[in-house]
Amino acid sequence: MTDGNHRDAAHGDSNGLMELAQRIVAEAQRRGATGAECVMREGRELSATVRLAEVEQLKQAGGKSLGIRVFLGQRSASTYSSDFSWPAVTQMIDSALGIARIASEDPAAGLPQPEELGRWEGDLGIYSPAAARVDTDAGVDLARRAEAAALAADPRLRNSEGGSFEAGEGRRIFANSLGFAGEYRRSSCSIAAVPIAEEDGKMQRDYWYTVAHDPARLDSPEEVGRIAAQRTLRRLGARKAPTARVPVVFDSLVARSLLDQIFTAVSGESIYRGASFLAGKLGELVAASGVTVVDDGPRPGGFGSAPFDGEGVAKRRTVVLRNGRLESYLLNCYTARKLGLRTTGNASRGLADAPGVGYGNLYLEPGTQTPEELIAGIPQGLFVTEFIGSGVNIVTGDYSRGAGGMWIENGQLAYPVEEITVAGNLKDMLQHIVAVGNDLEFRSSAAAPTLVIEGMTVAGR
Amino acid sequence: MPAESLHRDARRFFFERYGMTSADLERYLAAALDRGGDFADLYFEYQSTSSLLMEESLLKSANQGISVGVGVRVLAGERTGYAYSDDLAPEKILRAAETAAHIASGPARTHIVGLREVPSRATLYPVVMAPTDAELMAKLALVERADRAARAYDPRIEQVRVSYADEVKWVLIAASDGAEAADYQPLARMGVFCLARDGASVQRGNSGGGGRVDLSFFDRQLTPEELAGQAAREAIQQLQARECPAGEMTVVLGPGWPGVLLHEAIGHGLEADFNRKKTSAFSGLVGQRVASPICTVVDDGTLPGRRGSLNMDDEGAPTQCTALIENGVLRGYMQDRLSAGVMGAHATGNGRRQSYAHMPMPRMTNTYMLPGEDDPEAILRGVKKGLYAVNFGGGQVDITNGKFVFSASESYLIEDGKITAPVRGATLIGNGPDVLTRVSRVGNDLKLDQGIGMCGKEGQWVPVGVGIPTVQIDRLTVGGTAG
Repeated sequence: MTDGNHRDAAHGDSNGLMELAQRIVAEAQRRGATGAECVMREGRELSATVRLAEVEQLKQAGGKSLGIRVFLGQRSASTYSSDFSWPAVTQMIDSALGIARIASEDPAAGLPQPEELGRWEGDLGIYSPAAARVDTDAGVDLARRAEAAALAADPRLRNSEGGSFEAGEGRRIFANSLGFAGEYRRSSCSIAAVPIAEEDGKMQRDYWYTVAHDPARLDSPEEVGRIAAQRTLRRLGARKAPTARVPVVFDSLVARSLLDQIFTAVSGESIYRGASFLAGKLGELVAASGVTVVDDGPRPGGFGSAPFDGEGVAKRRTVVLRNGRLESYLLNCYTARKLGLRTTGNASRGLADAPGVGYGNLYLEPGTQTPEELIAGIPQGLFVTEFIGSGVNIVTGDYSRGAGGMWIENGQLAYPVEEITVAGNLKDMLQHIVAVGNDLEFRSSAAAPTLVIEGMTVAGR
Repeated sequence: MPAESLHRDARRFFFERYGMTSADLERYLAAALDRGGDFADLYFEYQSTSSLLMEESLLKSANQGISVGVGVRVLAGERTGYAYSDDLAPEKILRAAETAAHIASGPARTHIVGLREVPSRATLYPVVMAPTDAELMAKLALVERADRAARAYDPRIEQVRVSYADEVKWVLIAASDGAEAADYQPLARMGVFCLARDGASVQRGNSGGGGRVDLSFFDRQLTPEELAGQAAREAIQQLQARECPAGEMTVVLGPGWPGVLLHEAIGHGLEADFNRKKTSAFSGLVGQRVASPICTVVDDGTLPGRRGSLNMDDEGAPTQCTALIENGVLRGYMQDRLSAGVMGAHATGNGRRQSYAHMPMPRMTNTYMLPGEDDPEAILRGVKKGLYAVNFGGGQVDITNGKFVFSASESYLIEDGKITAPVRGATLIGNGPDVLTRVSRVGNDLKLDQGIGMCGKEGQWVPVGVGIPTVQIDRLTVGGTAG
C-alpha cells in the first residue's frame, strides 16, 4: 500500500491531467487573471446490494470533473464542468473572468502566501489499488455473507434492507498560479448489513458496517452481520422514557456527532461571522478538563487524511481543545485573514465554490474507563445509541435532538427506549462531560469514545 | 408562449448538441438488454447552474457550472443494474450500457420497440427566460435588495448573508418499451440568513423561497424584501426567547412550511419501495385508518411553478396528484416503475433521482394536507396550554419503526388561548402511523411552503415542497429543556 502522491511521482502522470491542470492555470493568467487555481477529481465506484439473498442492485461507473477559480485582484469567481476539452476549458476560464468582474473587492480574498504552500511528506497509507480491483462477483459475495450472517442470528430477524458492498477510488489534483501542483489518491471499501427484526407486530431496524482503505483490512462480513443483528435485536420492545433530567451516556458512534458540532463551532467560517457559541473564546476553558480534541490532518491510514488541503497548504496536527481549553480554531486562508490569524491547513474544496473549512481526522482523546464501567456508575440515566434529526443551533449552542437507546437502571442497561428527545445547550454540555471512555476507534474521519454528559433533559412521556 | 417553446426544445436539445439520433438511442438500449434484462432506460441530463453569495454586503462568491451525463439502467425482475458516463461519446455510452446489462444473465432480447415521442403536457414551469440565462446583474440586484432590507430591519441585525442559486436541467429519457420523453426543468432559490445581537445574546433567523420559476418571480411573488423581513424578524424575535418546555403537550402547527411534519411522519413511509419490501411502519395498512377523519393528504407534482413539481418524473412518467390519506384512511403509495411493476400498481409519477449518476426511486413531490373547516384564530383560542410552532428547520424519520422528528426554529407558548412568549428551538418527535390520529382540528388556511425544501434519501437529494393548514395535534413530545 502506498500513498498515491508518491506513486505518481515515481511513475509519472498516466493521463496527463496534472499537466492539463497546470496548463489551465497558465491559460487563465494569460487571459488576464491575476491568480488562478484548478481542481480536478477523478474516480470510480462499485456498489452491490443483496437483499433476502438475491442481488438487488449493482452499480458501476466512473467520472471526472474540474473546477477553476480565477482572481482579478481581490475579486474572484469559479466555474466547473465535466468537459475536459480545450475549447470547453477556455470558455470556462472566460466565463469565470466575466463573473469575477461583477464580484466585490474583498480584502481578505486571495491565494495562500507562497511560504504557506506545501505538503505532508510521508506515506499516508490511504490508497490501495486493491479496492478498485474487487470484482462484482466478489463484492456480491461479501454483501450476501453479511446479510446472511445477520438474518441467521435470530428467528425474529425475518426481513432486511440488505447487505451491501461498496468500493471506490478517487484521485485529486490541485494546481495554482503560485506554482503549487500536487495530487493524491484515496481508496475506500466497506461492507454493511441492515437487518429488520419483528416482534409483537413492531419492526426495528439497525445496521453495522466495516470500512477500510484496503479490502484486506475489512472485518469479515460474518462479523458485520453478527453485530448488526445484535444492534437490531436490542431495540425490540422499545418504549418511551419518562421526562427527566438524568445523566446521558453517548455511545461512541453517536458521540462522534458531538465532534461535528464542535467542529462547526470552531470553524473559522462560524467564528469570523460571530455565528458560534465559541466565537471569541480562544484561550478560555470551554469544556470539562477531561476533554482534549485534536484534528490530525495527516494521520496515517486516517479516513480524512490528505497530504495538502484545498488551497495547497500542508495538512497538520492541530490541538483544538486541550484539557478543556480552546487552543485553536480551524482555519483556511480566508477565515485566517478575517481573524488576523494563520491558516491551519483546513481548507476544504468542492469544485464549484471558494474554499470552505473542513477537518482532516477530528477526534476526542480517550480516557481510561470502559463503557461498561461508565454505565455501572449511573443509578438512572439514558444510554443513547441513535440520534435522529439535526436540532442543533451552533449560534446559541441550543441542542435538542430525537434519540433512541437504552434506559439505565442501577448501572445496568434495563430496557430499550425510543421516541424521546435529548436537550441541553452545547456550552453546558461541553462543561459537563463528566467521564470519557477508553474506546476510541476510527470508523470515519471523526471519532470519539463513549461520553457521559450530565444535566441534559430527556423528554418522553 | 416562450415557456412552451423552451419545453418543446428539450427533445431537440441533445439531438442537436450531441448529434444523437433515435437510432443511436435504440442501439444503446439493445446493448443494455444484451443479457436478457426485462427493461432498460437511458437518462440524459445536461445541468447548468449559477449562484451568488453576498455577505458583509460584498458579493464574495459567484460561480457557474455545467454537468453532463447519461445513466443507463437495466431491470431484471426486482434487480437493477446501473452505470453512468459523464462523456456522451457513443463508445462511452455503449460501455455503460454493457456494464448495466450485467445485472441480467440470459440470452439477449433482440427486439427493441421503435422509439416514439411521449406527448407532453402544457408545461408547469412559468418561465419566459431560463433563470441561468438571466443577466448576472439582475441576480446581483436581487441579492443586494435583500441585503439592504435585512440591515434596515433593525439596528440589532449584525450579520446578513444572502444567497441566490439557480439551475436548468435538460432531460431526455428513452426506454426499451419505446417511450421517449424530454423535459426542460428550471429551478431558482433565494435564501437569507441573519444574525441579531443584543448585548451578549445572539440569535439567528433564516428564510428562503423560489420554485420552477424565472427571475420575475422575485419581483412579483416573493420579493427580496419579504425574504429579508422574514429572516430578520425571526432573529430579532428569538432574542427574547425563553426555554422551551419539555414533555408531551398540545402542539398547534402554523400553516405552510410546518407541513414538513407530513413529509417526515407519513410521506417517506408511503414511498412504495419500503412497502414493496415490507420495511415501512405503514406496510399493509392501505384501507386502514391512520389519521383522524378530518385529515386528507396528497402528493401533488402538478402544481404550476412549485419547487417539487415536474412535468414528468425522472422515468418519463407524467406527475399527478396522488391521494395518500383520504378522510383519515390510507389510500395508496407513491410509486416508481420498479415498485409499481412488482406490486401490480399504476405509476404515480414519483420516480425521481438526484442526477444521471443515481438510480431513480420513489420520492415525494409536493406533499400537503387539504384545508379543513376551522378558523385558525379559533384553533389557538381553544388551547389552554401548548406550543405554537410556525417555522421549522429539517426533520428525519426511521421508516421502519415510524419514529420521526422535526425541529422548530420559531415557536411560541400558548397560554389560555393566547400566543405569549417566544421559546427557543426544539425538536418535536412522534410516531408516523399514529400522530395524525391525534389531529383534532384542521384550519381553513392551507398554505404551501415558499420553495426551500431539499429531501435526502439514500444519499440522493431532490427538491420538494410541503404544505399544511393550521392544525392542532393533541399530544406530541416536545424536546425542550424547561421542566
